[in-house]
Amino acid sequence: MGLLSDPNRRRALISMLTRLNAPICVVCYLAGVTWFMGLAFEPFTLRTYMSENAMGSTMVEERFPSGERALATGREFSAHKKKVGGMPVEWLVKTMQARGLEVYTQSFSRTLPFPDENKERYKVKGTNVYGILRAPRAPRTEALVLTAPCSPGDKNNQAVGLLLGLAHYFRNQIYWAKDIIFLVNEHDLIGMQAWLEGYHHTNTTGMDWSPLQGRGGSIQAALTLELSSDVVTSLDLVLEGLNGQLPNLDFTNLFHAFCQKIGVLCTIQGKLQRNDWDSVAGYSHAVQTMMLMVMKQASGRPWGDHGLFLRYHIEAATIEGINSFRQYKTDVTTIGRLLEGMYRKLNNLLERLHQSYFFYLMPSLSHFVSIGYYMPAFGLLAVILLLRALDLWVQLVTPPQRAEDGVAVVEQSSSGVSVLTPLVISHLTGVALYTLPIRFQEIALEHFPVSETEAVVLTAIAIYTAGLALPHNTHRLLSGQGTEHGWRVLKLVAVLYLAVLLGCTALINFSLGFILALTLVPVAAFVTPHVPKFLSGFILVVLSPAFTLLFSVFLFQELKEMPVSFQDGWLLFLSVISQGILDHSLYGSLVYPLIALLVYPCWLLFWNILFWK
Amino acid sequence: MKILRFFSLFASYLLVDSLNIENSAGQFFSSGHTNNWAVLVCTSRFWFNYRHVANTLSVYRSVKRLGIPDSHIVLMLADDMACNPRNPKPATVFSHKNMELNVYGDDVEVDYRGYEVTVENFLRVLTGRLPLSTPRSKRLLSDDRSNILIYLTGHGGNGFLKFQDSEEISNVELADAFEQMWQKRRYNELLFIIDTCQGASMYERFYSPNLMALASSQVGEDSLSHQPDLAIGVHLMDRYTFYLLEFLEDIHPASKTNMNDLFKVCPKSQCVSTPGHRTDLFLRDPGSVLITDFFGSVRKVEITTETINLTEPIKAVEETLVNEEVQKETYSYVDQLPVSEIIHQKPKQKDWHPPDGFILGLWTLILLVFFKVYGVKHLKHIF
Repeated sequence: MGLLSDPNRRRALISMLTRLNAPICVVCYLAGVTWFMGLAFEPFTLRTYMSENAMGSTMVEERFPSGERALATGREFSAHKKKVGGMPVEWLVKTMQARGLEVYTQSFSRTLPFPDENKERYKVKGTNVYGILRAPRAPRTEALVLTAPCSPGDKNNQAVGLLLGLAHYFRNQIYWAKDIIFLVNEHDLIGMQAWLEGYHHTNTTGMDWSPLQGRGGSIQAALTLELSSDVVTSLDLVLEGLNGQLPNLDFTNLFHAFCQKIGVLCTIQGKLQRNDWDSVAGYSHAVQTMMLMVMKQASGRPWGDHGLFLRYHIEAATIEGINSFRQYKTDVTTIGRLLEGMYRKLNNLLERLHQSYFFYLMPSLSHFVSIGYYMPAFGLLAVILLLRALDLWVQLVTPPQRAEDGVAVVEQSSSGVSVLTPLVISHLTGVALYTLPIRFQEIALEHFPVSETEAVVLTAIAIYTAGLALPHNTHRLLSGQGTEHGWRVLKLVAVLYLAVLLGCTALINFSLGFILALTLVPVAAFVTPHVPKFLSGFILVVLSPAFTLLFSVFLFQELKEMPVSFQDGWLLFLSVISQGILDHSLYGSLVYPLIALLVYPCWLLFWNILFWK
Repeated sequence: MKILRFFSLFASYLLVDSLNIENSAGQFFSSGHTNNWAVLVCTSRFWFNYRHVANTLSVYRSVKRLGIPDSHIVLMLADDMACNPRNPKPATVFSHKNMELNVYGDDVEVDYRGYEVTVENFLRVLTGRLPLSTPRSKRLLSDDRSNILIYLTGHGGNGFLKFQDSEEISNVELADAFEQMWQKRRYNELLFIIDTCQGASMYERFYSPNLMALASSQVGEDSLSHQPDLAIGVHLMDRYTFYLLEFLEDIHPASKTNMNDLFKVCPKSQCVSTPGHRTDLFLRDPGSVLITDFFGSVRKVEITTETINLTEPIKAVEETLVNEEVQKETYSYVDQLPVSEIIHQKPKQKDWHPPDGFILGLWTLILLVFFKVYGVKHLKHIF
């Protein structure tokens, strides 16, 4: 007889499951966390290697000569920028035309739902300027993009200068098989979103933009350049994009290969690579780098202008020049040569980059962990939920010992209603958390002396806290009292709901799914109405999504080696919430709706179970 | 006196010379071929396979230099590197770095280009089964006195060669194609050179006579590329063909270098892979085969004032009357080379098993002894 069809064996299996459930859950949790921490240990990672045959090795001769001229152009750009007080559109158009490109402009405008205090903008109006270098002998079917943002003040002038210098140099070469588009975008991400939407004829975020007059074919790869000083000591690569999407690993491999060939110091997450992986300091360095990547990916916001390209399946990354206190400095000509080499190799591509991984974590620039290696960490956490669900199912199915037939019959029928009510109310609270902060900001402004941003954020926090009071009110709605049977059904539904939710999130954005799982899985596992209410209530609040976000903010600042005091941390936390809401309405980031509409109601269900009467 | 001696010497010299003419006339036809053909195929496309086109074009250059005209060369190139938008020196294909040697030149005649290079077209060219509308330049118009050079390059594996990233030709197909050529009397002798990874697997299955084969690497080895050129950004040549080209640069139409020297081209120290060759199907000794027998088109011309008797005069056959029963000799085809003798096949070693009845008897004996010793009552558990 089979294992599950034989009643004796089934009974034995089930009794083992119920007896050992808690220990197995604890072991799985510890194993999951250990596996995750072990990912940064160098022997468990793989060295990066080029997977795309067409790109091959770094076998090109870079001959970019004019770094000084690029810097002079950058200074001219900065002067014109100051004169105009924004983007010097006419000067840029004239300069690009002088270099032989086909130049076009695009104007866009957008009113944010509430003012952005970090970047100090509310009603945004701008122009993008881009020039297309046509491939001399190839059909205009494919394109590569090089962008530099036009930032206010003194930032990124050298980036625009280098972009124009490269445009001049590239124009004189005859070996381009793809069009190259040189883009200078205003208002960083908003301008980039407008340009991409115009290029691909989509309008997902309700922005107002003028249609693009010139186009270059399907974009194969894009690079964003951020350079704010005349010399740099290292180049930093930023990969994380919108919703935690990453470019193909071959892009990173290409950058790393050229850094090694040219001899430029290259970093990821701003951290240098170390060689002593077997020492504690080396290991913790790798863990810090990996945790920074995980946190940046989990936030779901694009960490460079390149982040918006990824949604259109265009591999993109940002290269940032960093000038720190180091002896060996790299000049702009060398950076230009590095970019020239990368573009020549991208020119050789015949198809989009697809040979290497799309899902990975990087504990350092030369080592990576692929999805096959890091998913088991999440899987171990998800197993806990499934074990708990099985345990609950067993408890529900076994008939009660006491012979209370009449009461039992009543229990069955009302359990449906008593389960549905908390579900509906939690989700309504979630919907309120999603829609009300922006809608009610005027009402909040009337009654309280706060700015619009603060109004939105504080409304969100208020609704979040109000949800904590729900269980007491839910039970006033329900006639009669809840039952043992009822809370078990609710918990079963909640645990399965959480498992599905976290699983889907981890597939798309592993970091977000894992961080949520770390805090919510213990909640789901141990909460019952019978645990001590005050203590478990406190633990539940500490493990709720909002507090996870608060801790993550402090941890992130620690990892970046810029620790903050509690006051500053709290203000940072508020700004993170406002940025999350803005990202959602401006670029379509999914983190805020996910947390408000799905994760928070799920957590509320567990809060309901805790206070079940 | 001196004049007499001089005259006698002169007469003896003439006598010896005429005898020599008779001997050298015999040597004239020792190789047995009267014309040369070459089929040069590059099977891979895409810019990063530049080196395969350069390989094929460099062999084309050597073969043309040694005398085979374009009308006798079938050149198949799967991609156009000279006019690829990524080529920084358009209309050129270089085989040496620093651009010393442009193998594309201005008199290249490509017969099959681009997507026309397919397995089907290649096999049709070899076997001659082309539609009537095919122009002469695309046909291999060889006869039974032609020596053919076939050169293949591209990406290959154990037993196959990849054409154009979409299809493959297997070593069995190739061997069968050569057998068809033999049966249609389309070649006198054939030299097959292949420069791919695991190239030796492609000639393993040959079974037709008069085939000699060379490959750049053995089964399980990769053929490596030689020089990268930084200005162009790709590898320019493969190692084996690079050293083959160097070797061929020293050959001129009158050189007497033989095949044994060709087998020594690119030893493992230079090539990293081990080149291989196969001569068991070839009837002549490779040491007596000249390189120019395959790579060049050498016309053997010697001027003599002597007349030479080549054959016996032909006797007229007496005609018999039609009504009488004609007694003819029964003709049968000359026994072509007995193939099975050439391919020395060892009989398959089967493991020896004792005959079946013996095993059955043995087990019956064991069972009976068992039950005798332990009692008959256990027997019912079996039956």
